[in-house]
Amino acid sequence: MPKHKIMTPDQSSGRELTFEILKYNPRDPNSRPHLETYKIRETPGMTLFVALNMIREDLDPDLAFDFVCRAGICGSCGMMVNGKPLLACRTRTADYPDGRIRLMPMPAFELIKDLSVITGQWMDRMSKRVESWVHAKEKQDITRIEKPVDPDAADATFELDRCIECGICVASCATALMRPDFVGAVGLNRIARFEADPQDERTDADFYELVGDDAGIFGCMSLLACEDHCPKNLPLQEKIAYMRRKLSKA
Amino acid sequence: MKINYCDALIVGGGLAGLRVAVQTQEKGLSTVVLSLVPVKRSHSAAAQGGMQASLANTVMGKGDNEDVHFADTVKGSDWGCDQEVARMFVTTAPKAIRELANWGVPWSRVRQGPREVVINAQRTTIVEPSEAHGLINARDFGGTKKWRTCYTADATGHTMLYGVANEAIRREVEIHERKELLRLIVENRRCYGAVVRDLITGEIEAYLAKATCIATGGWGRVYRTTTNAVICEGTGQAAVLETGIAALGNPEAVQFHPTPIVPSGILLTEGCRGDGGVLRDVDGYRFMPDYEPEKKDLASRDVVSRRMMEHIRKGKGVPSPFGDHLWLDISILGREHIEKNLRDVQEIAMTFNGIDPADEGPKGWLPVRPAQHYSMGGIRTKPTGESPDLSGLFSCGEAACWDLHGFNRLGGNSVAETVVSGMIVGSYMAEFCRENDIDVSTRLVEESIEKEVRYIREILERPESEGMSIFDIKRRMQHIMDEKVGIFRDGTHLQEAVDELQELLKRSRKVGVRYKCLKANPELEETYRVPKMLKIALSIAYSALMRTESRGAHYREDYTMRDDLNWLKRTLVRWSDPEATLPELSYEALEIMKMEMPPAFRGYGRKGQIIENPLSAKRQEEVEAIRRRLEAEGKDRFAIQEALMPFDLPENYRAKNERLGVGYA
Repeated sequence: MPKHKIMTPDQSSGRELTFEILKYNPRDPNSRPHLETYKIRETPGMTLFVALNMIREDLDPDLAFDFVCRAGICGSCGMMVNGKPLLACRTRTADYPDGRIRLMPMPAFELIKDLSVITGQWMDRMSKRVESWVHAKEKQDITRIEKPVDPDAADATFELDRCIECGICVASCATALMRPDFVGAVGLNRIARFEADPQDERTDADFYELVGDDAGIFGCMSLLACEDHCPKNLPLQEKIAYMRRKLSKA
Repeated sequence: MKINYCDALIVGGGLAGLRVAVQTQEKGLSTVVLSLVPVKRSHSAAAQGGMQASLANTVMGKGDNEDVHFADTVKGSDWGCDQEVARMFVTTAPKAIRELANWGVPWSRVRQGPREVVINAQRTTIVEPSEAHGLINARDFGGTKKWRTCYTADATGHTMLYGVANEAIRREVEIHERKELLRLIVENRRCYGAVVRDLITGEIEAYLAKATCIATGGWGRVYRTTTNAVICEGTGQAAVLETGIAALGNPEAVQFHPTPIVPSGILLTEGCRGDGGVLRDVDGYRFMPDYEPEKKDLASRDVVSRRMMEHIRKGKGVPSPFGDHLWLDISILGREHIEKNLRDVQEIAMTFNGIDPADEGPKGWLPVRPAQHYSMGGIRTKPTGESPDLSGLFSCGEAACWDLHGFNRLGGNSVAETVVSGMIVGSYMAEFCRENDIDVSTRLVEESIEKEVRYIREILERPESEGMSIFDIKRRMQHIMDEKVGIFRDGTHLQEAVDELQELLKRSRKVGVRYKCLKANPELEETYRVPKMLKIALSIAYSALMRTESRGAHYREDYTMRDDLNWLKRTLVRWSDPEATLPELSYEALEIMKMEMPPAFRGYGRKGQIIENPLSAKRQEEVEAIRRRLEAEGKDRFAIQEALMPFDLPENYRAKNERLGVGYA
């Protein structure tokens, strides 16, 4: 029986970590974008959530960043970590052996301040564009037994419904950086999600109306950084290819 | 002076707030939702295990209905809940879940034929009938007689939140993000809306509305160790408290969940045990059956959390640098089950602890220890969701004390409450908006805005303070709440907590900020939030100190009995003097003679620990007599229920719910 189990694989020795963080408040005329350096001691199992709060509480009360659930569920804390878009709350400092971590806000979204960006409005536009809701003509009576759904189809829909709109696929997408109106892997996955949903009555022609253009399904250059970085491991590559084949015939 | 007008103003964009918004928007009212964060990031997304609704589709839910769900909920609450509200809730829950299915929530569905499950640590085969194939499935949860908790793997809150948020988008509800409630606009016991700060520009503006609904979730962050998201700071409830008129109900009723993972405090769903996982101690021994022979690992959360701490106190905890803990073993469920139905749990364990819970044997065991999880207390409302004290103010979801949960909430009843209360309260609120105009003076609005503008300026002008920073004060508050207002409480420690928190509140009113910017300024925000949080912490600690009994999650080591004779009542907390450091408490009685289910033993937890109220037996006789008489007259269960305890519901929510094999019976 294990009397002592290691809580995390990295009971680090409290080494010094060096953070370089972009500081900029676009609404403050005196503010200029610059990298600020902070040094802190690593604690066991430290994540960027813990580290950034420590920096704010002890070193720089003005540092802005976003966290909500701190458990990789809500999608609030996407940021560029040494050049890669990651969920900060799930990123362990122990995974950076040289102890140097550079943090930048995600591109493609409007900057609020420092590491904080506006993803909500972007996602809202996407949701409206792809009409991110079930389209069904018949209204169901909620006092009656629900319509049966094939269990496998329900599972398949759930699989794609797991997207948390964190924006990491957008921040890693070359098309999105060149075309601000590109719907992104998040939007194309949403289309695939409703296509898979047996309750949604939309046809391929309906979906073509929504995303059958270069700002939609035909804008993707298949660089696939979206799938490389998706924190939910969604099958973005497969679903984009699948939808593109379907819609080119629509 | 920037003023926004609407009919229905909803503060909070989680499941409850959004569901209210859909309802008022559907009724043709102009509706605005204010949210600290993009609404799909709300803490509702973190609900994992499921939503209770008595559909009775799965063979393990057979025989379930509103009556069984009602009894489970009342027992779970340790008779602290409002039974009329519980009836409203259980009657609407099946409709809520079916509505969500129509809105695209991909509920896990029943598969016909044999299925292997783990029950009481034994592999067992159950057979689902073909007529249930494709209907909404359910899993087992704590404190329930039937398998009633409907789910989408362990991401139920996420799929529900996206379903409701997408419906709000479809209906073009106006959603204003990164807006923070500072103050309610109140005059002559009428609420006219809110003063709000834009978290990006720092601008302070007013929202005027015929009715305002507070749906800001729980206040778990007044504790250090909590499963709650970092935005769950209780500042919405504090703004209500600061009206000096409206009250909080039962703030001392705080739930501690048995299985957050150590040390991060991130939740591992009750579904882990619902699906057959078990708790083990330092010797690998499954200890819960010794304490709770009937419900074992699946007694209600208050009971399991206390039993775990009791076991740790006996020296059976596992020592760690983060304090003693116990093990949660789900490896016995098998890899296939975990990777399908408990995948977020697996992901959390692997990311934050480097443990794969599907690994067989001790290697896959997860370190867990109870931590703050849910606030049963909140803004006191009538069954309609309106404040009894302040006209035009509504509240629902975890922010409210509606009071569905009493002193302990059942797992799966919280996300269920969010949507059900959203439907019900949204309807009553829409009715209120149709019947009531507002007649508000610009002077009142201007003054209300001006007070907040002055307050923010005053904070920025404070001289730099020596000693504790606002972050230090917050940490200290959280530490006090963890140490002295936790699972086991007593008069000495509660008194110390109250004294220390009062000192912190005084200090927090003087603390200066280093960075003087009016716009997006985290330290400024902390400086106006922490005094609000301290008011909530004081409401909890002081109410806990005064309640000299043990009920549900409120456990006093110096008053171990549930005292139905003296304490069958709800604490009401008001804060009328803004300079005061303590709130005023009063109480409202729960009337036994009106209860459908008079107080009794819960069926789990410690036996013989009740100071009986003679009215309980009297009402029990009365209830049985009515039941016998009506049964003899051939009346059905609905007529009997109506005779025992009538209740109201809006819309067609009163309608009977159809079930497999029994129709509308």
